[in-house]
Amino acid sequence: MRNLMVAVSLWAIAGAANAAVIKVTPDGDAQEKVQTALLDAKPGDVVELAAGKFVFTDGLSLDIDNVTVRGAGPDKTVLSFAGQKGAGEGLLITSDKVTVRDLAVEDSKGDGLKAKGVDQISFLNVRVEWTGGPKESNGAYGVYPVSSTNVLVDRAVVRGASDAGIYVGQSKNIIVKNSTAEFNVAGIEIENCWNADVFDNLATRNAGGILVFDMPSLPQKDGHSVRVFRNKVVKNDTANFAPEGNIVASVPTGTGVMVMANRNVHVYGNEIDDNQTAAVMLVAFQKEYDDADYNPLPREVVVRDNKIGKNGFSPQFPGGAELAQAVGGVIPPILWDGVTSYSKGAQKVSIPANMRLTDGPVLNLNLAAPAAMDTAKPGVEPTVQAGGAIAEPATVVLPAKQAKLAS
Amino acid sequence: MSLLRVLAVAAVGLLALTAASPPAPVAADLLLTETPAQTLDAYGLFKDAGARHPAAGVVPYDLNTPLFSDYAEKLRYVFVPPGQKVRYVEKGALDFPVGSTLIKTFAYPADFRRPNENVRFVETRLLIRKANGWVAQTYVWNAEQTKATLKRAGARMDISFIDVHGQTHTVDYAVPNTNQCKECHSLDKQVAPIGPKARNLNREFDYSAKGDFRDNGDKANQITRWTKIGLLEGAPPPARIPTTARWADPKAPLEARARAYLDANCAHCHNPRGMASNSGLFLDLEETRANHLGVGKNPVAAGRGAGGLAVSIKPGDPDASILAYRMASKEPGVMMPELGRSVTHREGVELVRAYIAGMKTHFPPL
Repeated sequence: MRNLMVAVSLWAIAGAANAAVIKVTPDGDAQEKVQTALLDAKPGDVVELAAGKFVFTDGLSLDIDNVTVRGAGPDKTVLSFAGQKGAGEGLLITSDKVTVRDLAVEDSKGDGLKAKGVDQISFLNVRVEWTGGPKESNGAYGVYPVSSTNVLVDRAVVRGASDAGIYVGQSKNIIVKNSTAEFNVAGIEIENCWNADVFDNLATRNAGGILVFDMPSLPQKDGHSVRVFRNKVVKNDTANFAPEGNIVASVPTGTGVMVMANRNVHVYGNEIDDNQTAAVMLVAFQKEYDDADYNPLPREVVVRDNKIGKNGFSPQFPGGAELAQAVGGVIPPILWDGVTSYSKGAQKVSIPANMRLTDGPVLNLNLAAPAAMDTAKPGVEPTVQAGGAIAEPATVVLPAKQAKLAS
Repeated sequence: MSLLRVLAVAAVGLLALTAASPPAPVAADLLLTETPAQTLDAYGLFKDAGARHPAAGVVPYDLNTPLFSDYAEKLRYVFVPPGQKVRYVEKGALDFPVGSTLIKTFAYPADFRRPNENVRFVETRLLIRKANGWVAQTYVWNAEQTKATLKRAGARMDISFIDVHGQTHTVDYAVPNTNQCKECHSLDKQVAPIGPKARNLNREFDYSAKGDFRDNGDKANQITRWTKIGLLEGAPPPARIPTTARWADPKAPLEARARAYLDANCAHCHNPRGMASNSGLFLDLEETRANHLGVGKNPVAAGRGAGGLAVSIKPGDPDASILAYRMASKEPGVMMPELGRSVTHREGVELVRAYIAGMKTHFPPL
């Protein structure tokens, strides 16, 4: 038995020792060289991209577990997709336990860094940027993990995404921290996710800073348990440049934090300042949908202990100026549509409000149904504390090895 | 006369010349080794280096509705190790035994008005059923058409041809990298065949000119023939198997043709277990929920791919439907499918536009 144990541990050491560093330089046929390295890597290997500009004609993809793709720094190793002729993203990851770090992705035609259906994906110290500034023709998402579990985004910088800079969709157990999102339509968006901690980020110069959304008719529904804390959400003032039709196109320019549908969302300890439409907006999903399981209302939302500066001074939604006028010139820190009933198939469902909004005043529109603006009975309340206690979700804990990667 | 038929006729001619020596068997063991062969000929799937003539036991087949690939012609063959059988599956791809290999050559005649002349093979893709799952490999043909070499990282090449209307086209043909093979051929993250579903194979095939795969019949239904030659077991009679419509068959109902086209061209990703599962847009033939088929469905992660449009399908209005917009686009980041084409399939776009235009607000029609 003892010999067996020794043999096993020796084997494990040998396995680790076999991990290779595959070095790739930017000269020559970068497409062929980098893609071949991504195909040849074995679990445990590091694909190391040297400093310099790698020019690609197509998207890249990685499908081997436990591989690290590492550059020399986000301003030194640049993967340029400006001449990309195909594929929907710059780098696509479809394997587990992958880390992408210390590099930049520029000007991809679709999304920048995408991971689909994976476990333990980490994006560290990366930059994704559309270098021509905010444009409708830029790709949708910068850092884009979707349908995944155990997601870590740490020290990412994303600029210019025509949808969301950092977008986590339909995933579970997520940390987004220490990152900067600027000049995107949405800075950071958490959509249809379960258990996300979004903290210590800077969202500035976007149309909307941090969004927590839940959409109908998707494989993972019932977005819930999201904490947004210690972020700086300031001066989100870039005119919304999203292509119409996308849900973020409906985000008014100058929105700080926006919660649409979702359950159990806690927004606290953030600095929210200089956002012209509103500091915090809580709204129901407003479009038609065909999903009997879907609840379009934000519920169990806590907004407390934020440092809220001057916001809501020039609301950028139809009727916003009139509304601001009616309530004293500016939109109060929290704007809630006040909807408490919705349609579930043919049935009308009413749920008592369960909100703890103590960073008021709160402007409650008291709409009778999602998007029913004609039913608005706007009222300003110092706070809204309705319903029972709303327990805060537990801290998101990533698997130990992945947690160690974080700063 | 189809390209396949022409090549098949040629195959018979060659067979007559080589009949004296016994045919070399397919290198079934080599197909199962972990490291892929560097050149296609090593597998012995064809009698000749140019892969025009299938070896004994390599059976040609065709699909009712295939994926559009920049107007390339596709020659399909299946190899199943001797003594093994494919098991019938009602929905999804048939169940192929270990060692089975699906072979597909992408080819362009110089002039589609004369499809049997100057046929250039571009690449031959293999999908091999290994012990722990399917593996995709592709081999790119040299200019002399004498050798196909393994290509793992993908490649691009300019290909010119004259279409059936006499118009010259140049396509920026993309050979996929190994991961991209999997992006389309993916079901629950495992590599899987797309084409050989019973319903898509349920059609007649002209075997008359082939004469070199266990049976010398004439025209026959592929399911019937595969059963007869011992390749397939468990299949009901063809009449009891659903049939995928032929997308270009003017006699087939419009909706059936369009749904077949969307199934073949989109549903490999757009299904609940595919790469695009997160979109909630499911275009497989089994899908019945109007919303998931795109009707009135808002985009989720389409970005500029939505083209400023609100829904995937607006019944009666193809110009307001994202589906038609993305199919017509050639721009990466907008175009759909994301992989496998560089030009617009005009005929496919026309079909899907007609389908949307004819759609009533009540969908699907009763």
